[in-house]
Amino acid sequence: MVLTKEQQDILNGAKGETMAKVMKTLIMYGEIFGAEKLVPVTSRYNHLVTSFGLKALGPVYDLMDQLIEAGAVSGQKFSADPRPLDPKVPANWLQNLVFKKFMYSKQDFYENQLKQLGLMNEDAFSCACYLDEQGNRPARGEVLSWAESSAVVYANSVLGARCNRNSGIMDLMGSVAGYVPCFGLLTDEGRKATWVVRVETTKKPEAQLLGSAIGMKVMEDVPYVVGLDRWLGQELNDDACAYLKDFGAATASNGAVGLYHIDGLTPEAKDLGRDLIAPDAREYVIDDAELRRVKDSYPLVWKNPDAAPKLCFVGCPHLSLQQLKDWTLRLEQGLRAAGRKKVTVPTVFTTAPGVKKAFEATVYAPRLAGAGVILSCICPLMYMNNPLCGPMPVITCSNKLRTYTTARYYTEDEILSILTKGGPQ
Amino acid sequence: MKEFRGRVVAPGCVSAPALVSHGGLNTLASFQKALQFGDKKATCGDQNNPDLYGKPMAGKALCLPQTIGSTTGGLVLYCACSMNRQPACLLFSNPIDSLAAAGSVLAAVWLEDVNMPVVDCLGEEFLAFVKDGMTVTVKENGLVCVE
Repeated sequence: MVLTKEQQDILNGAKGETMAKVMKTLIMYGEIFGAEKLVPVTSRYNHLVTSFGLKALGPVYDLMDQLIEAGAVSGQKFSADPRPLDPKVPANWLQNLVFKKFMYSKQDFYENQLKQLGLMNEDAFSCACYLDEQGNRPARGEVLSWAESSAVVYANSVLGARCNRNSGIMDLMGSVAGYVPCFGLLTDEGRKATWVVRVETTKKPEAQLLGSAIGMKVMEDVPYVVGLDRWLGQELNDDACAYLKDFGAATASNGAVGLYHIDGLTPEAKDLGRDLIAPDAREYVIDDAELRRVKDSYPLVWKNPDAAPKLCFVGCPHLSLQQLKDWTLRLEQGLRAAGRKKVTVPTVFTTAPGVKKAFEATVYAPRLAGAGVILSCICPLMYMNNPLCGPMPVITCSNKLRTYTTARYYTEDEILSILTKGGPQ
Repeated sequence: MKEFRGRVVAPGCVSAPALVSHGGLNTLASFQKALQFGDKKATCGDQNNPDLYGKPMAGKALCLPQTIGSTTGGLVLYCACSMNRQPACLLFSNPIDSLAAAGSVLAAVWLEDVNMPVVDCLGEEFLAFVKDGMTVTVKENGLVCVE
């Protein structure tokens, strides 16, 4: 890799031993992928994937301490993924004990580290940091050092920013140095599609089911999706962005997609069209039968497959303001039709702190609460990652949550039916 | 016995029993319970990976196409290395992905005395040939012997 004089000086220890190790980390990381240079991070803010004070991540906190003690803090302010806990989310005394005393006993300590390293503000905890209400929305072409798979894929695909699928810690290293290695999704060549996905379903496909199918098929490759604009239109309005947020999260968690192009809709596909498709691209056709096959392939790991659900999570990744309003209306309509006033399963909707504040200023907030839904800003994934949740029958319409936990996946319509009628049909 | 040659990502020599995943290894889903709850064998907790689910990963020659899933993947690998619960080596049939690469680099730069050789680009034939329990020997030059 060819370094500038400044970069070489840092590597040689001009800014201390710790900064030299930060630079060495970025160089070694880039050289694995054939990067020939480091390029400046140009976004205003960074985004970190680690927001949780898990006791088990002691080695991470030790490393953070090394950075803080050496003054090697982030040159940018940053947001971070959602906090793991919220007292409003249902938990029994044993769960509360495990959460606070064992699992997340380092939460306060870690949040204090984040503040010292450059956290944007107290509300900067959301996986959907790019939502308007959260204020970390990069512009097209900006170079990022982000992690969080769902945020990276959204920033690349919908916003047209440039970011590799960086790991936790590596995200912070780029921000501390101010540089990231130039390879993969930072390059024009790396943004070319190596798969053409043809959507031939008879109705609008469920975002998180379609994303799951594509993620599992293309893994870390770049898909160019044809036929989706038929359902989403050709403008990146609130509906389309919310759909792509959920779709992308599923491609990134069920596979390892960091960038997708939607024909006629996402910015690079609009500008370059099918010139974005590599000559030897493979093809994947998705019809109703393929979506059904994918859904049927999900393992159900509940102890009792017929158990009545005890908790429902909606909002992984975090819900947008428009999604919260839409869900409120759909729930009200469903409950009215079923002759009920409240949802049949304890239900938590998760959203970003900024969105929650905006939603609470609307007429919809008391109506959603009236339907019995708890609104929270936690990460449901972090809530569920413990042995006590293993046997607990949790349902969700998030394919990301399903992937990482024992939650059972249902489509949004099925979830709505369960919550309002008591069953998926 | 069969030999495969790949690219050395992290150098080192080791001999260990093989553990094979034909699908992508979801690092967070696979390791998180083991790290959180003191499982020194690092039993795989990923319900979506039928090849690995419920099998111990620590000390095994982990053979896989690539890693997938959450971008915590690199730091999870870093923590596994720091807690001495890492696989004996990582052997990728495909080019290594950015998350596994990050974990390997972070361990090499920020931890002392961690030996987890990483070799990638071993090819599809490698993953088709190697089976659970076979003895895998990794040499410094990226040569991988399976018997």
